[in-house]
Amino acid sequence: MHGFAFVAPTAQAEVTGLLEEHGSEARLLAGGTDLVVGLRTGAIRPRVVVDLKRVAELRPGLSDAGGRLAISATTPLSRVVRDGRVRQWFPALAEAAATVGSIQIRNRATLAGNICNASPAADTVPALLVYGAEVVIAGRAGERRLPLDRFLLGPRRTALGRDELVTSIELARPGAGTFAAFGRLTRRRGVDLATISVCCSVDAAGVTRFAFGAVAPTPFLVADESGVLADPDADPETKDRVLAELTGLARPISDVRGSREYRQAMLMVVSRRLLRSVVDGRGKG
Amino acid sequence: MSETARVSLTLNGEPRTVEIGAGRTLLDTLRWELDLTGTKECCAAGECGACTVYLDGEAVNSCLVLAAEADGREVTTIEGLGSGGRLSRLQEAFLETGAIQCGFCIPGMVVAADALLRETPRPTLDEVLQGLSGNLCRCGGYTRICAAVLRAAGAADVTG
Repeated sequence: MHGFAFVAPTAQAEVTGLLEEHGSEARLLAGGTDLVVGLRTGAIRPRVVVDLKRVAELRPGLSDAGGRLAISATTPLSRVVRDGRVRQWFPALAEAAATVGSIQIRNRATLAGNICNASPAADTVPALLVYGAEVVIAGRAGERRLPLDRFLLGPRRTALGRDELVTSIELARPGAGTFAAFGRLTRRRGVDLATISVCCSVDAAGVTRFAFGAVAPTPFLVADESGVLADPDADPETKDRVLAELTGLARPISDVRGSREYRQAMLMVVSRRLLRSVVDGRGKG
Repeated sequence: MSETARVSLTLNGEPRTVEIGAGRTLLDTLRWELDLTGTKECCAAGECGACTVYLDGEAVNSCLVLAAEADGREVTTIEGLGSGGRLSRLQEAFLETGAIQCGFCIPGMVVAADALLRETPRPTLDEVLQGLSGNLCRCGGYTRICAAVLRAAGAADVTG
């Protein structure tokens, strides 16, 4: 591995100071499950690695106030998966987080790291998009917030400025009558990147939202506000037409995990399947 | 800023201190600086689980942890699972069941299985499969590995 300095600051101001000083030569370390692989292969060659796990303001944890759940930047996914509020209020996020890597990976990898790594296939992003997650960002000038879809700019590209870091991710508790589910296609169970991933939700007003992962430069959100998809009695062919319009916005590529055509076709299949389970759940709920 | 790091950790219950390059992983440090070669390097990318150790009581891939991150933390490796020179019940079960073929994946398998049993003392086969989904066995010895974990958990012999 090429040489770099390792620092483990205890205050957030030190982190932003280091970022300001070193810019892209500094890399932030939370779980390290992407970063350390990059360091080893030489794909990432920073001058300084800044460990966030000893920063007082970023201590791992989930907290809720006023119907919003905040997940701090160093919270490992295993803790997100186990949290009762996540399981109850954001079940599709719990499902998505539980599919990341393996237990060993989830004990280290963080939600903030998953979004900052900005992979088109990031497993938690479709669920975060469907739940309208907001990214809390700190920099030398203070704090700002961005909706997740404006935070992700492209593969490996985020809206973070030179001196900025993500401090937490916030989610507003969905209204009563919202149902959601997550689905994902992989070549094997456990430790594989998604070939495609889909999150689907239907709210009390009958609006259906889908977020699609691994089929475009960033996962993206679409919605059907007509109520057709949420209607259990709607004609299946009409539903398929609406669904085809939404999934048709995907721009998948061909790679080792699947061809463009396969991804496009499976996006329809997985979306249809998820929609059915969400609409059924809603009918029973 | 220095490219070396001084790391003090509790390793298998004993305090240890090493001076290492900041880029050194916990896995390399265990094997090359601390002479604990039970933990194996295989994929070095977090996909195979051969390097699984406990870090502060949680199973992690030591190839994805910088040793510097372990400063002040507790690390338990395969060498630390037994006590008083005796193997743990789980380790015994791996031997009794014939779960060990070439043996290379086994230290990681045992640590991952130990973590599973701490959380789920009476797992179903499906829970064992889930719990070990981060560990690959090149010999394909999964049937007996799962049987060993179930045996350690007190289940009836399922190897047939």
